[in-house]
Amino acid sequence: MSSNLKIIWHQGKQFIPNVKTAVVPGIFKGRPIISVAKVDEQKLMVLCPTKAISGDPVCIDLGKCTFCGECAARFPEKITFTKDYKLASNDRSALLVREGEDKPVIIDPALVRAEIRRLFGGSLKLRQVSAGGDNSCELELNASNNVQFDMSRFGIDFVASPRHADGLVITGPITINMAEPLERCYQAVPHPKLIILAGIDAISGGIFADSPALNREFLSKHHIDLYIPGNPVHPLTFINGVLSLLGK
Amino acid sequence: MINLNNNRTIALNEIEELSYSAFMKHNLKQLEGHEERHVVNYFGYFSGRKINLICCLADDRLHTVQVTSCLVDTETTILSSLTAQNHNFEPFERELHENLGVSFSDHPWLKAIRYPHNRFDKNQTIENYPFCKAKSEELHEVGVGPIHAGIIEPGHFRFICNGEQIMHLEIQLGYQHRGIESLFLRKKQLLERATLAENIAGDTVVGHTTAFANLWESLCGYTPDPSLDFTRTLALELERIAVHTGDLAAVCADIAYQLGNAVYGRLRTPIINFLQEWCGNRLAKGLIRAGKCNYPFTRQHADSLLSLLVAYERDFDEITDKLCHLPSALSRMEKTGVVSHDKVVEIGAVGMAARMSSLNRDIRMSHPYNLYGSVIDHLPVIKNHGDVYSRVQIRKQEIKQSIGYVRELMHRVPLFPPVKDMALNPGADTLAISLVEGWRGEICHCAVTDSQGDLLVYKIKDPSLHNWRVLAQAVQHNEISDFPISNKSFNLSYCGHDL
Repeated sequence: MSSNLKIIWHQGKQFIPNVKTAVVPGIFKGRPIISVAKVDEQKLMVLCPTKAISGDPVCIDLGKCTFCGECAARFPEKITFTKDYKLASNDRSALLVREGEDKPVIIDPALVRAEIRRLFGGSLKLRQVSAGGDNSCELELNASNNVQFDMSRFGIDFVASPRHADGLVITGPITINMAEPLERCYQAVPHPKLIILAGIDAISGGIFADSPALNREFLSKHHIDLYIPGNPVHPLTFINGVLSLLGK
Repeated sequence: MINLNNNRTIALNEIEELSYSAFMKHNLKQLEGHEERHVVNYFGYFSGRKINLICCLADDRLHTVQVTSCLVDTETTILSSLTAQNHNFEPFERELHENLGVSFSDHPWLKAIRYPHNRFDKNQTIENYPFCKAKSEELHEVGVGPIHAGIIEPGHFRFICNGEQIMHLEIQLGYQHRGIESLFLRKKQLLERATLAENIAGDTVVGHTTAFANLWESLCGYTPDPSLDFTRTLALELERIAVHTGDLAAVCADIAYQLGNAVYGRLRTPIINFLQEWCGNRLAKGLIRAGKCNYPFTRQHADSLLSLLVAYERDFDEITDKLCHLPSALSRMEKTGVVSHDKVVEIGAVGMAARMSSLNRDIRMSHPYNLYGSVIDHLPVIKNHGDVYSRVQIRKQEIKQSIGYVRELMHRVPLFPPVKDMALNPGADTLAISLVEGWRGEICHCAVTDSQGDLLVYKIKDPSLHNWRVLAQAVQHNEISDFPISNKSFNLSYCGHDL
């Protein structure tokens, strides 16, 4: 018993007191800033492995960006990645970062369905479905509830059955072989329910966007409530995204 | 016969072409009674109307890979199966059957392996997989998946049980298939391919990107700078420490040992946060690239890593000592999920799934690459019981060993040259092979180029391809309630298998 207490004591305080203001260590690649410097836009666009960069004016689509940092390494005068991990929005077009802009990615309260905040504001139970996910977002979603990030302190939890859930968190580009199980899982969630896409594979297909092994019809059939970029999604990105969707 | 070392290439016309009967006889003979030899890859590709089969057998004692080939006309011939005589070939022949329509007369288990989008027979669908059935009124079936209770990847497990006891487990995968191998051919840019490699399996980012980068450099005749070897070796060991730690947390969770789960879970964080400090990504996506490294490792990085390892090791030792002396934990881990030495040899298991049952397979020792065999003289951790506890002990000792290797590497931080993008052009009509020991086991990437130097085949083999079969054996005659802990103690990859 005393040795158990000693182990607990040795862990110290692990939890992150404020997940909204915590600073991530090192050189985290978060929301990019694109300067107005003139560069060869064609070269810049071709460089991007996931076709996240468009030209005239230069934009980066955070729903496609794999955050490899290659563009910033080759065109440091044009693109820099900040440590801002708040990347989620309920508006797909809000994930476009434009040249010369430096403003946070936000949730548009007007687009949040009224029942979401009314019913789920105090407690939100989520069912996760990996539909071709490479296990990186899955690892980070698990980490969201470890002793450091401790997401359940906000009443947000992952549950084992869709019947116990208020919504789905989808990772992965949605493979043909997972299309049917995903749809059935969604149907098993009671109304009202929400859908969260976690990671660029889910949002845009990522590097797999043009793969013939995908079936992304699910996304055109159902309303998406939240897009959370990253490859993988950082736990702080996920927690902050869900909190601001709930208006917390 | 042509023998080549890891990360070497050969011209296609140097590969000895045998008749199918000679090919079969030769490769079966090579394996017979030789535990140090195993199939690292066996695949085929269309060459006109015929199929060219390429078999790569590794010899761990000679540190070489023997490559043989055979041209078969599969429209007119039904081949005898190598699997009927040696199970090392089982998944590979199923893949040949599914992808290319190769027929085998006597393969014992010729079922679909992953239902790829470009499979030969489109009438086969994942919904109508032919599960093994027990014709008995006393036995019952339990189906689990594809979607599981936790935040994990999809796959279907079908148990045939006698009461609580598992008689048979069939594992059906394919849900994660994203068509990676064909995307490797379609995407022509190096950065696109590196990005594909790092998305094969998100828990083995370093393992698979290292295999790709090493392979690509050898294919292009490029000798990597010492800083690249350093980066890859260090990142591989850090990935091993991080995932092994997370796995120990997961095993603790499955035996309801909350303290162990919490402590190991939080101990993983400083390691992956260090990767982020170094390259901006907790799982090291973006770090490993062929011909360059965008993220130089500095003295400050070394100091920060050394001091976090001191703190890590103190707490790791404390909880591990506790776990390994806790009777209630040991009673769940010992003699659970046992696979015998003979079975792992027969399956052709790799990595931890081999080493748990006194089969000495570790690419770091047998086919050295990067700084292994020079700076790091690796001695694999071997256990003999083949149970959950053996797999836990391997993780425990490998973590300590890796910490030692990382400390050794910190004395030898090289100078990182300014980043330059090399023009890397693959050789024409060439075969290249790259083996890497990821934390899970042997990763093998193979590439074949055409007369223009374009990729003709890109073949990826994750260690899970072999090791899922070991899991199915491990749970036989166990109680079904012990399945989660057995499964977690292997922690196999779904996406790495499904590609």
